[in-house]
Amino acid sequence: MAETAISHDHDASHGAHSSTGLSNNKLGMWMFLGSECLLFGGLISTYMLYKGRVNSGPQPNKIFDIPFTSVSSFVLLMSSLTMVLAVSAAQRKDERNMNLWLIITALLGATFVGGQVYEFTSFYREGLGFTTSLFGSSFYTLTGFHGVHVSVGIIMLMALVGMNRNNRIPGDRAEVVELIGLYWHFVDIVWIVIFTLVYLIPS
Amino acid sequence: MSTATEHVEHTDGHEAEHHGLSDKQYIYVALILAALTAIEVSTYYIDFGPFFMPTLFILMTVKFVTVVSYFMHLKFDNKLFTYLFYSGLILAICVYCGFLATFKFFLQKG
Repeated sequence: MAETAISHDHDASHGAHSSTGLSNNKLGMWMFLGSECLLFGGLISTYMLYKGRVNSGPQPNKIFDIPFTSVSSFVLLMSSLTMVLAVSAAQRKDERNMNLWLIITALLGATFVGGQVYEFTSFYREGLGFTTSLFGSSFYTLTGFHGVHVSVGIIMLMALVGMNRNNRIPGDRAEVVELIGLYWHFVDIVWIVIFTLVYLIPS
Repeated sequence: MSTATEHVEHTDGHEAEHHGLSDKQYIYVALILAALTAIEVSTYYIDFGPFFMPTLFILMTVKFVTVVSYFMHLKFDNKLFTYLFYSGLILAICVYCGFLATFKFFLQKG
């Protein structure tokens, strides 16, 4: 009985494992990310279909600021590096560096979102509203959904830092950091696709 | 990038496998990704002629696979995770290529 209780405690501290020997949490996260491909696939293909449909308002190539968006893309790419360094520190049980890299990742993410807000504001001032054209609707929906994903990632990162400081992370700490890291990297790879298909390829 | 697997000693005495690269190797991967992004951006300023679209698609794919393989550890993790993720991705590509083909998207561009 005592052995069973100890065994359960051990499982709880390392996350529940499936019959495959793999973590259920990690399996769930990868399935979620696979399903997210379908969500963003739908938004990207809708944008591809409608980007040339500009009956009123500015054309895509007239309003996109490629140097500005390139810097934003670089910032998000570097946030993936800081995230993987946070995961690496968590696996070494180096809490100080883990917290530091998580905070830097959140700050880089916030810089990206701030850039997106600035971009949306300047586009709106140039006459591209959400209902101006099919291009505007599909562009704001796609990049807006991505921005919301980044914002959710920032909230998760800050919650993780707060919970870690209060020692309230349940189960295996390194795995929790890795799971949030997987979500963060996914947001980055979605932007890799958006940056090329939306910004760099002209309509 | 020869050593891809490290071992981390847990405080409870158990030894757990830590799959992935060293911090220095992660920085090298990030530098490669930054260089690829710089090449991507250069296509906006330099005329690549007929190589414009293939260059962008190749760079996008290489960056995507690099982040998934190294930063998301799919290269070092259990293959089941790879199947789960790429099956979703391939399904999305097939479904939405079919969707775009229905609207004659590829004929218009061609």
